[in-house]
Amino acid sequence: MDTIDPRSDPKSGGRLLPLTATVLVIVLLWYALTVWLNGPGAIERVLAPKGPWSWQDLVLSSWTLQRPVLPAPHQIAADFWSSLVDWPIDSPRNLLFHVAVTGQSTLLGFAMGTALGAVLAVLIVHSRTLDRALLPWVVASQTIPVLAIAPIVLVILGSLGFSGVLPKAVIAMYLCFFPVAVAAVQGLRSPQRIETELMHTYAASAWQTLWLLRLPAAWPFIFPALRVGVAAGLVGAMVAELPTGAQAGLGSRLLTGSYYGNTVQIWSALLMASLLGLLLSSAMAALEKWALRHRSRT
Amino acid sequence: MSTPTTTNRQAGQITALVALALWAMAALQPLVWQEAADGTRLPQYLIDLPPAWLAVLAGLAAAGLGLRPTARRGSWAGIALSSLAALGWLQLPPAQASAGAGAGFWLGVLALGGLALLSVQRGAALEGRRGDQALAPLLFGLWVIYAWQLLVVALEVPRVLLPPPALVLEALRSHAALLGGDFVQTVLKAVLLGWAGGSALGFAVAVAIDRQPFLQRGLLPIASLTSTIPLVGVAPIAVMWFGFEWPSKAAVVVLMTFFPMLVSTLAGLKSAGRLERELMYSYAAGYGRTLWSLRLPAAFPFVVGALKVNATLALIGAIVAEFFGSPTSGLGFRISTEAARMNMALVWAAIAVAALTGSLAYALLVRLERRVAFWHPSVRSR
Repeated sequence: MDTIDPRSDPKSGGRLLPLTATVLVIVLLWYALTVWLNGPGAIERVLAPKGPWSWQDLVLSSWTLQRPVLPAPHQIAADFWSSLVDWPIDSPRNLLFHVAVTGQSTLLGFAMGTALGAVLAVLIVHSRTLDRALLPWVVASQTIPVLAIAPIVLVILGSLGFSGVLPKAVIAMYLCFFPVAVAAVQGLRSPQRIETELMHTYAASAWQTLWLLRLPAAWPFIFPALRVGVAAGLVGAMVAELPTGAQAGLGSRLLTGSYYGNTVQIWSALLMASLLGLLLSSAMAALEKWALRHRSRT
Repeated sequence: MSTPTTTNRQAGQITALVALALWAMAALQPLVWQEAADGTRLPQYLIDLPPAWLAVLAGLAAAGLGLRPTARRGSWAGIALSSLAALGWLQLPPAQASAGAGAGFWLGVLALGGLALLSVQRGAALEGRRGDQALAPLLFGLWVIYAWQLLVVALEVPRVLLPPPALVLEALRSHAALLGGDFVQTVLKAVLLGWAGGSALGFAVAVAIDRQPFLQRGLLPIASLTSTIPLVGVAPIAVMWFGFEWPSKAAVVVLMTFFPMLVSTLAGLKSAGRLERELMYSYAAGYGRTLWSLRLPAAFPFVVGALKVNATLALIGAIVAEFFGSPTSGLGFRISTEAARMNMALVWAAIAVAALTGSLAYALLVRLERRVAFWHPSVRSR
């Protein structure tokens, strides 16, 4: 895994113009692509029965086609908006309802994963045996694809009587704990030798050294990992909804959309998932900024 | 930070003492309750079971060795004796699911737990020779698998819940051809092509836009934004567009691997120091020459880092995409259909194949990094 540098601070000067230009180009390309991809379907289903047609008709009908191969951005936006506004919030047709379901398991899994990662990191830092015996397995655990273990986690927890949010949270946890554990090990080890030796001369216990020296030194490493972890947890929660055949959640929206060939639904669920991911990671960024507000960035 | 080895070598004496006591108690308690023909249950003691003598003797010796700090040879002897005790205990009737376990059996299991701790500790304290680094994780993994086998059988956990490793191994062997086909379908076609294609594309785009600050400032925020977006969500769309065969999986993998490579390569190209760049300038080296001789080599560790991240992402992407529709082969297909049929041994076997593939790819990339970027500080310090 690549190392996380706590000091990387993106400079955001003069980005607006290039960014808008890039987004604009992407949107234009998207519209062009919709004509190209939806054109044949539009001719077959809408235009040909009506008789002769011009290229304007082709463009217009490929942008407004029902069940298009690639929905145009405005179609996605319209579906997205109508799902937010036209349905009560507890209806399964409202995307916010699914956000609540997925967000719940993401956050629970994130909390569990962070706790697990932190405990593992503290143990690894304090025990040479665990450092050498456990750390390679922590890395290896991430080479097992999540969806592979998801059905097993569901079966085992289901037989123990757990259902609902907990199995999904466990799968989210599986993705969350890794970045936190690795970054926390790195951070807890970041104090210089001279600093740990000073604590030693103060006759500080291991616990005091952890609390007063190592943990404060580790925060700048841990926060970026939390940002990565919460995004990974969202992927885990969504993936966990696939094999359960869950009725609710953004992952199940993707699944039902693909079953019924409802592309617009898939894209608006994807958009919602992206927004949720953005929201969660920017919340973590805000928390980082608040928690480390007294530190000077060097 | 590293604790001195001396304290480490001496750790584990209490564990050894406890293990010693547990073995002694295990020898006195009934090990097995044998069902007789008339339905009565007869206790069997240590005397009746030759594998148990062997195990207890080896276990006592191993725990005895653990009482004092040992040098390399003593540690190896302790590890070997512990393994012998473990193998002996595995031959007892309760571990073969042919008779009920007595108190002595469980005391022995606890003692084995102590020996496991002790041997991992001793393994971790060894150092100085090649292969010592790998010993402790290897021992830890083997002990976990051993505990899984022993406990699942002795506690009679249903097979649909958690099959013992022996059964998984059996499934792996008997379905080797089937899993081989899945491996070819998922890994060799979808993952490998998608991973190589996505990474190459990300690398090429990064090098291409290296001279365009405008494009970089436009693309980079979007590229780093994608790390917070669950890109696996495009899997159903890819299956719709490219069909059930492997190209749809490869497409998902290309999309998932493209952005990490783009971001890492751009960061890597910027990582060459100012001093080196000015040196190149003073040599009158042009853009191409500087790129080739300085900036690409400097970017190499970043590129390999992205390749490592991408290897995991690629496996996840391909397996998730298979969930949305696949031909009747592929690791993801196998896992989801066999889990639905409650054939858990085969599910675990498929997972083992996926996990081995992932770990092997990771290990190969680490080796490549050491081989090629041996001069880089991030590699040298390890």
